[in-house]
Amino acid sequence: MKTPAATPVPTTASAAGPIRVGVAAGAPGVNMLDAIRRGEKVTGYTHKEVAGEKHVLSIHDFNLYYGKNHALHDINMHIAHGKVSAMIGPSGCGKSTLLRSINRMNDLVDGVRVAGEIRLNGSNIFDRSTDVISLRRRVGMVFQKPNPFPMSIFENVAYPLRIVGEGRRSRLEEAAEKALRSAALWDEVKDRLKGSALGLSGGQQQRLCIARSIVGEPEMLLMDEPCSALDPIATLKIEELITQIAGRYTVVIVTHNMQQASRVSDYTAFMYLGRLVEYGPTAKIFQAPALTETEQYVTGRFG
Amino acid sequence: MLLAHPRVRTLLSSAMFALCAGFSVVIVAVLGLVTWFLVSRGWAAMSLDLFTKLPTEDLNNPGGLKHAILGTGQLLLMAGLVGVPMGMLAGVYLSEYSNDSRIVGPVRFTADVLTGVPSIVVGILGYELLVRPLGNFNGWAGAFALAFIMIPIVARTTEEMLRLVPDSYRAGSLALGATKSQTITRVVLPAATGSVVTGVMLAMARVAGETAPLLFTALGSRFVTFNPSEPFPSLTVQIYQYATGPYQGQKELAWAGILVLISLLFVLNLAIRAVTSRSIRSRVGT
Repeated sequence: MKTPAATPVPTTASAAGPIRVGVAAGAPGVNMLDAIRRGEKVTGYTHKEVAGEKHVLSIHDFNLYYGKNHALHDINMHIAHGKVSAMIGPSGCGKSTLLRSINRMNDLVDGVRVAGEIRLNGSNIFDRSTDVISLRRRVGMVFQKPNPFPMSIFENVAYPLRIVGEGRRSRLEEAAEKALRSAALWDEVKDRLKGSALGLSGGQQQRLCIARSIVGEPEMLLMDEPCSALDPIATLKIEELITQIAGRYTVVIVTHNMQQASRVSDYTAFMYLGRLVEYGPTAKIFQAPALTETEQYVTGRFG
Repeated sequence: MLLAHPRVRTLLSSAMFALCAGFSVVIVAVLGLVTWFLVSRGWAAMSLDLFTKLPTEDLNNPGGLKHAILGTGQLLLMAGLVGVPMGMLAGVYLSEYSNDSRIVGPVRFTADVLTGVPSIVVGILGYELLVRPLGNFNGWAGAFALAFIMIPIVARTTEEMLRLVPDSYRAGSLALGATKSQTITRVVLPAATGSVVTGVMLAMARVAGETAPLLFTALGSRFVTFNPSEPFPSLTVQIYQYATGPYQGQKELAWAGILVLISLLFVLNLAIRAVTSRSIRSRVGT
């Protein structure tokens, strides 16, 4: 969407508008991250491949404030349908905040104010007419720390169906099996569906949470660092799971682990201090990023 | 600088241990003494008659406490039917719904103060509100007084127990598209069931042993009644009346009544422990 400038751009912000940055990787010029740290307005670089995809979610000039703290600045992003999009960046860059805005979980925090739009399949989720409850049924979420309810495994997976009034045993059992199979957990729990969910291991609990979030057939699945509380083997299983369910679901995953992002995602967005710095196909972001700044982050020059 | 000596510190540590152990022994001994005292006095008068007979005119053969036991049972039921739902709903509100500390703060403070109100004051309140207008002492007033004592206790314990339920459950439920009330009724309350029930039982136990509020409201009676519009018998008041009366036969019956009351509270306490430990085991996860 924005083409890189071939020559270095002016170092000072003009009164007329944002600095046009988009310096090619390796070229001298304005350091975008310094500009961000100074509080100047910047425009992130989005690779053209993103435009070619069918978009399920469109974020336009999205700003978020926690009280006086301006947490997200002018985010413009399109999430591709049926693909896995990862958000990476150092702590505090706003990736979780942005994720939680998509299903309006930030509404639960006192003092949060937003500006801009997030459109899910065309309709702005911040419209007054939007039913937040149905939004959250269409956009599922998996949290960093597995949070199965203190109920049986079956009741956990059946919960999203029960709350919309589905009471028929056969329907619940059928949907639960399908979701547990999709979450690669069925074989491990099929003989103890009545057992407490809290008796499962951490990795199993997280897969249960994934099953629970897909049983209602959401349009999108948001994952907030889903593996950061898990051991490497459980992490591997979940990464395999994500790769399998992509295609059927659009997945947006926030991760601290860059290697995970490169393993699992089709598109990656690099964020820094509440701004979108660069966004494009994962291979490009990690191997041939457009911006020096991105290259510095993904090669571990700073964290 | 005495503390610099390792032997001094070791001695001090042993002394502390001895003090703690000693007082624990004292407490158990006191409890044992009291129990033995009650049992030895009350056992003599214990018999099946206690539960099946009514008090008689014969002061040397005073009959039983059937009326009082039934009376206390009914009063607890009536007080519970009003007190428990009201208390629990108030507790749910305080914990789940109100974020505004300008409302929650005063409500919580009021509830805390009310839990400490002398029960005789509650009795007088019941007298003014429900005895004088109705013209006679009655069971409704007695149940009201007990409910009045019960509600703040149930509200505060419910609130405290609900607060202990991790927020991650609420977040998980809301993220799945549940409404707030669904989240509360399907996830939060069930997760806290054991502890909430404990709070209710503690309130019941407290209220089962109250005498003063009933003196001004239900008064007492020597007959079995299922009509709360007339003076109503209760175990505590009956014990009081017999114990302070001049007749030996009645005094013995009072001891037996005390034994029954204490046993009831003991059983209630055991039940509380059983419910709590089971619920702790099933709620605490990895």
